[in-house]
Amino acid sequence: MSETEISTIGRSVLRKEDHRFITGNGRFTDDINLPGQTYAVFVRSPLPHAEVRAVDTSEAEAAAGVVAVLTGADLAQDELGGLPCGWMITSKDGSEMKQPLHPVMAVDKVNYLGEPVAIVIAETLLEARNAAETVQVDYRELDAVVGADKAQSALQIHAEAPANTCYEWELGEREATEAAFEQASHITSLDLHNNRLIPNAIEPRAAIADYQPGTEELTLYTTSQNPHLARLILAAFVQIAPEHKLRVVSPDVGGGFGSKIMVYSEETATAWACMRIGRPVKWCADRSEAFLADAHGRDHFSHVELALDDEGTFLGLRVKTIANMGAYLSSFASSVPTYLYGTLLAGQYKTPAIYVEVDAVFTNTAPVDAYRGAGRPEASFLIERITTMAAREMDIDPAELRRRNFIQPEDFPYQTPVALEYDTGNYGVSLDKALEMSGYAEFSARQQQSVSSGKLRGIGISCYIEACGIAPSQVAGSLGAGVGLWESGEIRVNPTGNVTVLTGSHSHGQGHETTFAQLVAARFGIPIDDVQVVHGDTARLDFGMGTYGSRSIAVGGSALSVAADKIITKGCKIAAHLMETEAENIDFDQGEFKVSSSNLSKTFQEVAFAAYVPHDYPLDELEPGLTEKAFYDPANFTYPAGCHICEVEIDPDTGCVEIVNFTAVDDFGRIINPMIVEGQVHGGLAQGIGQALLENCVYDDTGQLLTGSYMDYCMPRADDLPSFNVDLTETPCTHNPLGVKGCGEAGAIGSPPAVINAITHAIGIPHMDMPATAEKVWRAIQEKRGA
Amino acid sequence: MYSFNYSKPDTIEAAREMMRSAEDGIYLAGGQTLIPAMKQRLSAPTDVIDLSSIGELTDIDVSDGRVRLGALVKHADVAGSDAVRSAIPALADLAAGIGDAQVRNRGTIGGSVANNDPAADYPAALLGLGASVHTDQRQIPADDFFVGLFETALEEGEIITQVAFPVPDRAAYAKFPNPASRYATVGVFIGVRDGVTRVAVTGAAPCAFRSAEIEAALNAEISARSLDGITIGADDLNNDIHASAEYRAHLVTVMAKRAVTALPK
Ligand SMILES: Cc1cc2nc3c(=O)[nH]c(=O)nc-3n(C[C@H](O)[C@H](O)[C@H](O)COP(=O)(O)OP(=O)(O)OC[C@H]3O[C@@H](n4cnc5c(N)ncnc54)[C@H](O)[C@@H]3O)c2cc1C
Repeated sequence: MSETEISTIGRSVLRKEDHRFITGNGRFTDDINLPGQTYAVFVRSPLPHAEVRAVDTSEAEAAAGVVAVLTGADLAQDELGGLPCGWMITSKDGSEMKQPLHPVMAVDKVNYLGEPVAIVIAETLLEARNAAETVQVDYRELDAVVGADKAQSALQIHAEAPANTCYEWELGEREATEAAFEQASHITSLDLHNNRLIPNAIEPRAAIADYQPGTEELTLYTTSQNPHLARLILAAFVQIAPEHKLRVVSPDVGGGFGSKIMVYSEETATAWACMRIGRPVKWCADRSEAFLADAHGRDHFSHVELALDDEGTFLGLRVKTIANMGAYLSSFASSVPTYLYGTLLAGQYKTPAIYVEVDAVFTNTAPVDAYRGAGRPEASFLIERITTMAAREMDIDPAELRRRNFIQPEDFPYQTPVALEYDTGNYGVSLDKALEMSGYAEFSARQQQSVSSGKLRGIGISCYIEACGIAPSQVAGSLGAGVGLWESGEIRVNPTGNVTVLTGSHSHGQGHETTFAQLVAARFGIPIDDVQVVHGDTARLDFGMGTYGSRSIAVGGSALSVAADKIITKGCKIAAHLMETEAENIDFDQGEFKVSSSNLSKTFQEVAFAAYVPHDYPLDELEPGLTEKAFYDPANFTYPAGCHICEVEIDPDTGCVEIVNFTAVDDFGRIINPMIVEGQVHGGLAQGIGQALLENCVYDDTGQLLTGSYMDYCMPRADDLPSFNVDLTETPCTHNPLGVKGCGEAGAIGSPPAVINAITHAIGIPHMDMPATAEKVWRAIQEKRGA
Repeated sequence: MYSFNYSKPDTIEAAREMMRSAEDGIYLAGGQTLIPAMKQRLSAPTDVIDLSSIGELTDIDVSDGRVRLGALVKHADVAGSDAVRSAIPALADLAAGIGDAQVRNRGTIGGSVANNDPAADYPAALLGLGASVHTDQRQIPADDFFVGLFETALEEGEIITQVAFPVPDRAAYAKFPNPASRYATVGVFIGVRDGVTRVAVTGAAPCAFRSAEIEAALNAEISARSLDGITIGADDLNNDIHASAEYRAHLVTVMAKRAVTALPK
């Protein structure tokens, strides 16, 4: 085997899956067609808030090609459950969060624009669409509320939730924090709105369901980030089919960013309708439906205060947030503004006292749930904004103020006042590296140049932290999680010595088929092409928790690492038998089992063969075969952190912001494939910069969606972005076997405050809400000049 | 999209005849506006009459001090035509800045002009250059052609055959794109011919228009400086989530200055 054939950890191996994708051989849900399939189209509410007085489906049922028209009433008749939220949050007063029924299709009331009211199934898509238009729904329109800040005094949406309040949660120590503020010599405060986003994965959601009456097995092919969880929810809560008769397959999936974690109405109704009519049913969202009905992200209103002493040492942080849940609690919505947000408010700093209150509220908008970063971008935005504001108010360099407050390398493990214990990190190193790469020290010369050509220039720093691979299960369970947070991995060494790897995490663009293959190939000393990674099918692997929260490598990769250890342990025993020695005398290295201090050895392939053709084999001690699995439950989150520095130039005549330089220095622990990691960083930065400058979900005051297409919802494009300047630092995670931390969300978490810090620096104002559109920037400059 | 009858006539006469006999017919050119509207079921014609086989509509002719573009000439063809670029570089640049590559490879000047989207680029060029729109019936000066929001002087069934631009001495176009759609939030086209300056504004109002104030200032002196102090009234301008009327009014003068600065010497 040549050196180049053996993959090693830390090499930028080209992505194995890309050949399939770029040659059009990917197999996405919509590529799956089954004999006798029908097509589903949803009738959606054109109103954000209304009573449903009657649904008349008679005309639709009589229309050409129509197979069935089913409504919420039919669902109720079949006694299907609602869509559950998987994380119970307890309010300050000890009461449980209000969880109103989230019906798969509306029955007597619609609560957001686009809420499904009926499903029309026909022989062709066109016939389904035509018939859907003839379903008559008699609505009585009600006042709608859109803004989270207005929800608590608006018309009540759910009987269970007075003042439209889902929960009033708190974390940290109120008295200690108040005491810190009393001692402060400086207090900086800020009110902000973290803008609402629409995820926009390139592949819209889709489902095709197939029921075999003979075996009573239902198969649902769908665009899920976590097919096993989808199966669990559909079986245990919605009760569509028992778990052992339900197979969920997520084939190739084109992006998720969190929006495909959830179990939604449409996929559920498609599966149920398939059983009702006894024929396969296919539903594919079009882009307009994706805008209306995918779970949206962010949408927090926050008030934040930071108390400092006269040296700039942080004494306390106080936060009050109102988080928009939308009309219903989506699958994990309740955890986002709490355990993925409040717990992150220490940031990279030794703030001794922190107190946060979060009110989660219902509004007449699409449900809001996890979106790339989920809670952590909101936390990092608030911390990194207030830190920069405080620095400017106190006339301390923002880099220096951060340095003064950093948790130092010797402080780890570091217990924050908001529940988390950080295992490791070195924040000063990434800050220094980013300062150097961005030419921070020479900024004023560049600023002079901009000024002399009539432009404004600013630079902004963000030192973010995030928590990946939400864990451990027992702790999460005690805090309300409804599921475990481990991951499974299985390694099947085949008789010919190549390897099938099954992982419970799911790739929808992240490159697992390469990274995980690299990991296993390196461990066994075999070529990467000898490893095939399988995921996304409940029939092919036992169970898995899927991909979200940048958990795949830290949790799923660690599971595979443990499984690989078991393979090697067993392999050593087999090799010892073959070479007539004890297992303790066997060293496994680079694909060979060697007897120490001898030149005897057996290759990985020879041992594999012996395991399946056990003619010469210790059958009395060992079972044949070479397959091992592991369920890995992490001891803690991992804590990627880093420093992003953004430099902007602004045209004061138009307010246009150009990002002239963007530096990202990230600490993701050990890196398996630097190219894939860099790609994840680039994508995350694009989304973070998108949030900061361009993206904004806008409903008008009556609850109509004004940004329902790409004509109005501004996705970042390549020419909106600079060429990124990225690098890494490395403090390996201390508690997982790979030393890895996860990199999927960091770009979207770290970058927004860097951008806004740069823009506010250029203009000389304390704050600007995102997105910093040209008009907003222009107005701020006008006001500043007028003042 | 609803079902519809599709036909592809070879001549203008045949197209008109089909339109006459259709219950609710519509012409199809590049389809970049019509097809999305049909897909969203906002437009539901009974008959779609595809003009793309009418050969005479695809010609580009530059002669006798005129640039004549057949109605079916695509934006990419205008952007890539050496003849157009040497006669009216601003027109080639404008075409190169429309939408994205896919849109430019399908969308046509006739379709753009017939559609008269308030944020489209071509209407500014037609007004700024004093072009005329030729149809199968008549010739319409640009000043009379763009009537209002998505409204033109075209009669029922009338087909645009050509747009003819007099070659100016100098011309320039400055566009402030909507960051989402990349249509013009505000675009200003300036054309100077025989000592007369025309200034056309698109994106800012329900319909592209000529700005008398800016024309007067530039007819006095063609310099960005001569626009100092000119303010455009915001009252009749568009106001939406992308730009307030006030901001659009401001951008009109900024873009006008940029267009002046960009005028070839
Ligand atoms: C993503 C996107 C971005 C875009 N960005 C821009 C932009 O930046 N700037 C810009 O100016 N435009 C933009 N456009 C619009 C584009 O330029 C369209 O091509 C143009 O508006 C319509 O031209 P078409 O040939 O596609 O016409 P079609 O869509 O085929 O037709 C449009 C209308 O014109 C009528 N019509 C077409 N040809 C004739 C004719 N010869 N006689 C009479 N009636 C006719 C049709 O019946 C129809 O009503 C964009 C479009 C898209 C989809």
